[in-house]
Amino acid sequence: MNPLDIVLAIPLVGFLVMLLVPRSAEKMIRLISLGFSLVAFIASLGLAIGFQTGLAAEQFSTDVVWIYSPNIHYHVSLDGLSLWLIILTTLLTPICILISWQSIKARSKEFFAFLLLLEFGLTGVFAAQDLFLFYVFWEISLVPMYFLIGIWGHERRIYAAVKFFLYTMAASVLMLTGIIYVYNHAHTFNYSDILAMLGNGRLHFNNTEQILLFLAFFVAFAVKVPIFPLHTWLPDAHVEAPTAGSVMLASVMLKMGTYGLLRFCLPMFPGAARACAPWIVVLAIIGIIYGALVAMVQPNMKKLVAYSSVSHLGFVVLGIFSFTQMGMDGAVYQMLNHGISTGALFVLVGYLYERRHSLAIADYGGVATPAPWLSTVFMITMLASIGLPLLNNFIGEFLVLQGSAQANFHWTIFATIGVILSACYMLWLYQRVFYGETPDEVRHHIFDLKPREWVAILPLIAMMVWMGVYSQSFLPAVRRTTAHILDQTQVNVQFQVKAPASRVEVAHAR
Amino acid sequence: MPVNFAPGAVEYLRFLPEIILIAAGTLLMVLDVILRKQAQEIYGHLSIAALVAALLGALWANSSPGPAFSGILIVDGFATFFRVLVIGVGILTVLSSYRFLRREGAEAGEYHALLLFSVAGQCVMVSSNELIMIFIGLEISSISSYVLAGYLRDDKRANEAALKYFLLGSFATAFFLYGVAVVYGMTGTTYLNAIQAALSSGPAASAPVFIGVAAALMFVGLAFKVSGAPFQVWAPDVYQGAPTPVAAFLSAAPKAAAFAIFLRIFMTAFEPIAREWYPLVWISALLSMTIGNFAALTQSNIKRLLGYSSIANAGYVLVALAARSQVGTAAAMFYLAAYALMNVGAFAVVAHLSGKGERFLSVDDFAGLGTRQPITAALLSIFLLSLIGVPLTGGFFGKFYIFKAALDSHLVWLTVLGLLNSAVAAYYYLRILVVMYMREPSAATAELEPLPFGLRAALVIPALGTLFLGIFPAWVLDFAGKSSLLLR
Repeated sequence: MNPLDIVLAIPLVGFLVMLLVPRSAEKMIRLISLGFSLVAFIASLGLAIGFQTGLAAEQFSTDVVWIYSPNIHYHVSLDGLSLWLIILTTLLTPICILISWQSIKARSKEFFAFLLLLEFGLTGVFAAQDLFLFYVFWEISLVPMYFLIGIWGHERRIYAAVKFFLYTMAASVLMLTGIIYVYNHAHTFNYSDILAMLGNGRLHFNNTEQILLFLAFFVAFAVKVPIFPLHTWLPDAHVEAPTAGSVMLASVMLKMGTYGLLRFCLPMFPGAARACAPWIVVLAIIGIIYGALVAMVQPNMKKLVAYSSVSHLGFVVLGIFSFTQMGMDGAVYQMLNHGISTGALFVLVGYLYERRHSLAIADYGGVATPAPWLSTVFMITMLASIGLPLLNNFIGEFLVLQGSAQANFHWTIFATIGVILSACYMLWLYQRVFYGETPDEVRHHIFDLKPREWVAILPLIAMMVWMGVYSQSFLPAVRRTTAHILDQTQVNVQFQVKAPASRVEVAHAR
Repeated sequence: MPVNFAPGAVEYLRFLPEIILIAAGTLLMVLDVILRKQAQEIYGHLSIAALVAALLGALWANSSPGPAFSGILIVDGFATFFRVLVIGVGILTVLSSYRFLRREGAEAGEYHALLLFSVAGQCVMVSSNELIMIFIGLEISSISSYVLAGYLRDDKRANEAALKYFLLGSFATAFFLYGVAVVYGMTGTTYLNAIQAALSSGPAASAPVFIGVAAALMFVGLAFKVSGAPFQVWAPDVYQGAPTPVAAFLSAAPKAAAFAIFLRIFMTAFEPIAREWYPLVWISALLSMTIGNFAALTQSNIKRLLGYSSIANAGYVLVALAARSQVGTAAAMFYLAAYALMNVGAFAVVAHLSGKGERFLSVDDFAGLGTRQPITAALLSIFLLSLIGVPLTGGFFGKFYIFKAALDSHLVWLTVLGLLNSAVAAYYYLRILVVMYMREPSAATAELEPLPFGLRAALVIPALGTLFLGIFPAWVLDFAGKSSLLLR
């Protein structure tokens, strides 16, 4: 059993233990879940320490046969892409438990158990190296989130939960078709074997197959990201979810989509990916601008942050489909940044909601007077989200824009509009909520951060600064992996698919 | 054909489960008269004992596989798989019947005897290798089932269900018998292997029209029995009207047995003309999935909803048949096992919740089950998630194997449409989950009594089975795979 298996096992064991705890032991339920999630976090830090940045191969790999026929393995491992996403997951889970400490009153046992199950599913998604296992984890993560939204959400929770489930389910069955199709040709679910077979030509898909398979995977991931116009489930799910649900949804679950694009879509179907890239980039840019514009006119804070996610994730997709080293580095870094800063935004909006019991921006104003520290923390988070230098998002956005400029300068021009717009809606939000007259309701209800709340938000603030000031702690591992992915897309293209590649060039020339 | 007038001991051993079941059923009928109205739980205990004995008998019989009684019966892995399956469903049905029968004041040896006869008929079906024997098994199973469906004599809906089931079922068997007659006329034999041989090389091969007609007639009869479209209309009415444990039984055991003979006939006797019949199955599979799932979307009665869902599930199994391969057969076997477990479990929860006179059968009556009885709700969630096809449940692997087999046989469109169908299905199963966990408690859940022992067993066993099939599917699938080899 290697450290990665342990990181995976802890939340699952925690979930099972939680099922046995008596439902009346409210305090114990919280402590146990916090304990398990903290242990998982510490164990995942061990992964970061033991991770060898210079090594291109998979690390911490475990490969055990799960089912003989068809040949399904429990095969997990880490590379620079999975490592940080797993740590992001294990970092955010204890934070989610902390922020739900008091806000969750009904059926707390199930709530905290589902959070641990969610952590298990998400870490599994990022670690799986077997296509089938990946799908299993992908679907497992769906179930706890469905219940988190549906049971503990706000007024329209049922609608949002069902919409979330059906959207993802409908898209992922297409991916399942794709996975089975690949298996029937490759006779293995082992991802590295499939890539090796693609590389040496033993496995070959013709152009039509490649395009259809690419789309089957792409749609599943695009719904999750979400890429415009498949984003409509997201505002509902984010707004109706309880705070912890929103945080996990925005910070980690959306990354499942972009992770899938990078990990599976590009290396397996490089020709199709390159052929479709111009269209996907257009969708990404529409997402960037549309998300920002819609965010600007939202009267609801959570919805504003939700639409800002559509905009931010557009940058990630743009970076990925720029097919440049910098663009991809930026995309991965932006995945992590978005996880930290948007997660923090949802946490802070949740704090405000716990005090004032309203998400409408109009119900606030002058919060800075009764709660100066809350306002300061919100300010830092907001500035990070806008992309202020020395804070994390700046690095990611810069790399993405630089990378996309290398591919096509026009893309960068349009994408930059999104950066400007994000400053507009965020600053305007901050102004309306924290400055101005302080209404009586705000004065009576709003108080400053409590110690538990400090503990939950401080790690995120620290990460924003760290990732903004010294990105070298994270980027080398990322770069190693993205370079590898980029290599794979080029090698395979030269080998097999000439026509679509040249079509890309034509599209560039236009 | 070698005729052996004095069957040996080993042949009786191969027929052991049926002997036990018939003997026990008869004994129960006699006891019913002797004991009258005393000690009524004894009937249930006795029938469980008989079923367990039959189960062991089936396993014992499997230790010496081979034909019996001049080859009209054959004990192979395939037969054993389905014998165990239908007997297992029988046990679960009896377990969930205890409380139900007492609540409805309808305890009697007769109920259990009919159940045993029905299971015996299904055992004959799944292990016969000859068309007349299949027909006899089908009739034993069906006639007992007709009576079981109308077992609550004072209930109008049960009467309607029984009548409908009887009339349509008789038509179906008549169709089937017609098919048998034509096949016999064309090939001069009713043995499946001999038919296969005749169709691949004999003179019958030169008369495709008549053979096609025969296959079509038998297809119609069997599609009725498995509630495959377009012969599915009886299913929702019968499942809604029949007593809930009986509905659970009907949706699992006779259906599995009918699919067993479906597979056996079409994959052996009619295997040489697979290219001709598979488009028929293709269409029927697609129609069943689509009609079942879309009709279930708007149902408010839980039994009716499960009825439509069983049509859709028959569609998935038909997809496996359309794949016309060993992998497909194994997938169908696996799915039928998974389906039997999750469906019987779901019906057992309905039986628990419905209350005296089956008053609470609306989906809305599940409201608040999650808070009132978290364990019952959790078990039902497992069954529903399995029906949706979420990983780590038997239903997921069942669907996965079926659609994998379909893609193996290049049925790309059927796979895509089938999987999209399963996404549609998620909606109505989710609705139950929503009501159960996300609504305030209703009158039905408010006056719910704790789970009695029998029902608890009838819930926990299928739940564990569903999870087992979802986490360690290889064991069952291996067995199914080996058995599907023997089939040809």
